Amino acid sequence: MSKTVEKKSKLSISENGLEKPGPNKRLEVLKTYKIYIGGQFPRTESGRYYIATNNKGEQLANICLSSRKDFRDAVVAARNAFKGWSARAAFNRGQILYRIAEMLEGRKAQFVEELIKQDSSRSQAQKEITLSIDRLVYYAGWCDKYQQIFGTVNPVASSHFNFSVPEPTGVVAAIASRENSLVGLVSAIAPIIAGGNTCILLASETKPLCAIGFAEVINSSDVPGGVVNILTGKPSELFSQFASHMDVNAVAYCGNDELIQKEMQQKAAGNVKRVLIYKDVNWLSEKGQSPYYILDLQEIKTTWHPIENIGGGSGGY
Amino acid sequence: MPAVTKKNKKTSSNSNGVPKLKFNSGWEYAPAPESKSHIKLKDRYDLFINGKFVKPSSGKYFETINPATEEKIAEIAEANAADVDKAVKAARNAYERVWKKMPATERAKYVFRISRMIQERAREFAVIESIDGGKTIRESRDVDIPLAANHFFYYAGWADKLEYAFPGRVPSSLGVAGQIIPWNFPLLMAAWKIAPALATGNTVVLKPAETTPLTALKLAEIIQESGLPEGVVNIITGFGETGADIVNHPDIDKIAFTGSTEVGKIIQKAVAGSNKKITLELGGKAANIIFDDAPLDQAVEGVINGIYFNQGHVCCAGSRLFVQESVYNIVLRKLKDRIETLIVGDPLDKNTDIGAINSKTQLETINKYISIGKKEGAEMYQSSCPIPGKGFFCRPTLFTNVAQSNRVAQEEIFGPVLAIQTFRTDEEVIEKANNTPYGLSAGVWTDKGSKIFNLTTKMRAGVVWANTYNKFDPTSPFGGYKESGFGREGGLHGLSGYLKV
Amino acid sequence: MPAVKERIIVPDFRSSPRVDQAGIEERASRFTKRSIKKESKVEGLKLVLSMIDLTTLEGKDTPGKVKQLCYKAKHLLDTYEGLPTVAAVCVYPSMVRVAKKSLGDSDIKIASVATAFPSGQAAMKVKIEDTRFAVGEGADEVDMVISRGKFLAGEYNFVFDEIAAIKEACGEARLKVILETGELSTFDKVRRASDIAMHAGADFIKTSTGKVQPAATIPVTLVMLEAIRDYYYSTGKMIGMKPAGGISKSKLALHYLVMLNEVLGEDWMNNHWFRFGASSLANDVLMQLVKEKTGVYQSGDYFAID
Repeated sequence: MSKTVEKKSKLSISENGLEKPGPNKRLEVLKTYKIYIGGQFPRTESGRYYIATNNKGEQLANICLSSRKDFRDAVVAARNAFKGWSARAAFNRGQILYRIAEMLEGRKAQFVEELIKQDSSRSQAQKEITLSIDRLVYYAGWCDKYQQIFGTVNPVASSHFNFSVPEPTGVVAAIASRENSLVGLVSAIAPIIAGGNTCILLASETKPLCAIGFAEVINSSDVPGGVVNILTGKPSELFSQFASHMDVNAVAYCGNDELIQKEMQQKAAGNVKRVLIYKDVNWLSEKGQSPYYILDLQEIKTTWHPIENIGGGSGGY
Repeated sequence: MPAVTKKNKKTSSNSNGVPKLKFNSGWEYAPAPESKSHIKLKDRYDLFINGKFVKPSSGKYFETINPATEEKIAEIAEANAADVDKAVKAARNAYERVWKKMPATERAKYVFRISRMIQERAREFAVIESIDGGKTIRESRDVDIPLAANHFFYYAGWADKLEYAFPGRVPSSLGVAGQIIPWNFPLLMAAWKIAPALATGNTVVLKPAETTPLTALKLAEIIQESGLPEGVVNIITGFGETGADIVNHPDIDKIAFTGSTEVGKIIQKAVAGSNKKITLELGGKAANIIFDDAPLDQAVEGVINGIYFNQGHVCCAGSRLFVQESVYNIVLRKLKDRIETLIVGDPLDKNTDIGAINSKTQLETINKYISIGKKEGAEMYQSSCPIPGKGFFCRPTLFTNVAQSNRVAQEEIFGPVLAIQTFRTDEEVIEKANNTPYGLSAGVWTDKGSKIFNLTTKMRAGVVWANTYNKFDPTSPFGGYKESGFGREGGLHGLSGYLKV
Repeated sequence: MPAVKERIIVPDFRSSPRVDQAGIEERASRFTKRSIKKESKVEGLKLVLSMIDLTTLEGKDTPGKVKQLCYKAKHLLDTYEGLPTVAAVCVYPSMVRVAKKSLGDSDIKIASVATAFPSGQAAMKVKIEDTRFAVGEGADEVDMVISRGKFLAGEYNFVFDEIAAIKEACGEARLKVILETGELSTFDKVRRASDIAMHAGADFIKTSTGKVQPAATIPVTLVMLEAIRDYYYSTGKMIGMKPAGGISKSKLALHYLVMLNEVLGEDWMNNHWFRFGASSLANDVLMQLVKEKTGVYQSGDYFAID
């Protein structure tokens, strides 16, 4: 028989590290951290959660513990969005990535606070956020240029016009780096979508707060729903799903666990997925950005067309 | 009901006796003027040097007028050699002290800002462009201004990626670039010059054309607001002498010129012996070729685009039409019907297809060529559309019965005048298309893929359009062969003009 | 009458003129950039009204529905003086008699669909009988469908013959031939079907049944107008055009008129040679006309549905 007892919080400080409100202080409306699928913010269909904590043991928030069904729904959303996103003009994608940078710049303060809660110092947090913004601008600039670097016109011996172009591989499932709450996420997402792919990201398990804030930034940036989907939860539960789903074209793992790496590579063979392993990458450095991260998720298509040869001289490219 | 219901006015018939279709009668479109009320224009503009607007040393100003109404719009400062020197010094200072040292990522962000600000003020720029130059509001709004903003956006992205553009090299900037641009695409030409120069780490002294300085000066205002360090971009207005002062200034590392072949040759001679790098984008007399297996209605539309839009003031205009003889009559009929529906008039009216000719001198040049064409024995045809009483206007014109040796088929007219010749075989048209000192662009219309590539490989021109015409994009390199100039603008190839590789 | 050769020339439909899709769409987009204002807008809107074939083609149509449609056709907006009536009402053959009675002696024509509309999948004699029935009941115009399956299988002569047979069954009634462009998939095919229809005796060519997406679009209509123009120049014969389905806004209808004006010219700008197959367009046009008069944006509440 339960008695109606006035529940007092057992924690020495209240949730999210806020001071207990005094008699005249305004009570804040606390944020609910949901996941981001298909341009919407649903809760996990499993209803499960875990509590994000920082190094001091403070409880930060209740975070959705995403399930394989959430992943399944996210893949459907990403697949539906792929046709439209890959058909967009490269210039348009560049403008949208730049817009994400604009939106992120406008919300700097929020992210600095969240990073500080998750064990950054203030200066580290500021560095991380400005690096993330600049990185988005960097990739915005690549959207309509990587084709000129990685595409070629091939001088074949026969009388044909022959050219090779990069094309996006499709739906990419990626596990973001564990150590960085924001820059790891941005460094994973930007090259994927700059190249015309759509993606499902699993945010850092231990530092998930920025993931949902970043989803909100994406949502307000003209990015079509389904192009980016962000889940929170445990890689140990989900990596196998990421690697074995038959409608995912490529899987990326940003981390150092060799067992996870091996098992992902094995499961990926089920539909000959492209597997990208990024280990020991310092995402906070210059090495954290490069057009080769875009190329990793591109296919190369070569086309032939005959050239008539009338009118003297040699014809050919 | 009879099968053909016609009120027989003075409509002429076709060759098989069928009366021509009637355009330019019946339903007329009421004026649909673009609003001018939101634009901000000063009465007088000074020189933009070292981040500020400063008065010209001579105290002299000249007028810029609206070619559609012949009314004055504003007074523009006239720069002399002393002002040019000031500007170059400011650019040199900014280069050595600030711009050269700035990390490329930060440089990029300034250029991104400029692009976004142009987008924010797009409509104002479009209206001013039309008022100043005579270009229709539809072109300014839908083509010129968006392309200009996009050009800045594209090149901004290259600033911190140059080592990828030149494998095996670490390119470095040149220093100060002197840039002279023409009056046919004022803001777009400014973008084509300034964007790659800034992205590659150079500073700029730019002279817009004397009949169309306004959008460059409004761009100067944006540049001020963007926080771009002082002296990185300097915009000085003036006539040909001001341009010569820039070309001859000893402390300039690079000259970029777009304009007539005649002046291009003068500039090339003038910089001989100095160490100045130079790129030239000059005139053209492009061949537009329709084969008998082309989709004819769309080919005709492409020809119209190629020569009549922007009043024919386009260096890459398809001013020589070659039609395969077997489809000549049909193509001519379609061309004439299509010209009848082109509306010549007030550039600010949203329905106008062909705006004002840029200046009195240009109109005189065009009219001169029209009478030359008639004297040479070519047959002239003009649409019957009404044109305004004031301002500088010219009806779309075409010449048939033209020979390869006629002056109207050889010399650049820079107006809405098309010279039409026929051909029989592929070899013949390839030879005739290339038989010109120019080599800027060419157009090919055929449904057969392998024929397209045959023609494109054989055209001696820097830009070849297949089944389309006058298409531009920041990622696509543009420039000429032979006397149409050298160097490319746009795309990856557009970077090398501003770098030591 | 102009001197036109009487010899009948039927081209080989396997090699019809080529159409470049990108070029068509570019030209089509230019029409949508025309800005039609003030007097030209009012003139255009009234012209649009006079060109509408007010349509009801549902399985659930009843005599009551058709009577109401006919009343609406005659009384578009009695409070606005000087409005034209619509050109025609368009119904199933079984409703032609009702329509004829309701319309009385007004100028509004009665168009009937026929030939196993909308699919056209029926035996030839059924389709001829369907047509004869509609004409017998009083239809002034017949809207037929072509056999798209036969067309896509390359049996162009079959399609030619069926159109000619229906034209014969029409007698005095004018024949509109529906190509169902949404099922033909490319502009080259639309051009080919248009040419077949005109040579076989169509008085009008029409884009769609309205039952399949996409229905009428500006680019596909441009292809058909260009076909009409070429046919006119080679034979001297005028053919009418009817885009149908998907045109419910005045602005769009005005763009169609701009296109008609600039491709075929003044002689086609009347309801003898151009129709809109539409149902809700009429009310949108009326709202725009009232807005032009009063300067105030209108609400649908003030315009009777039927």
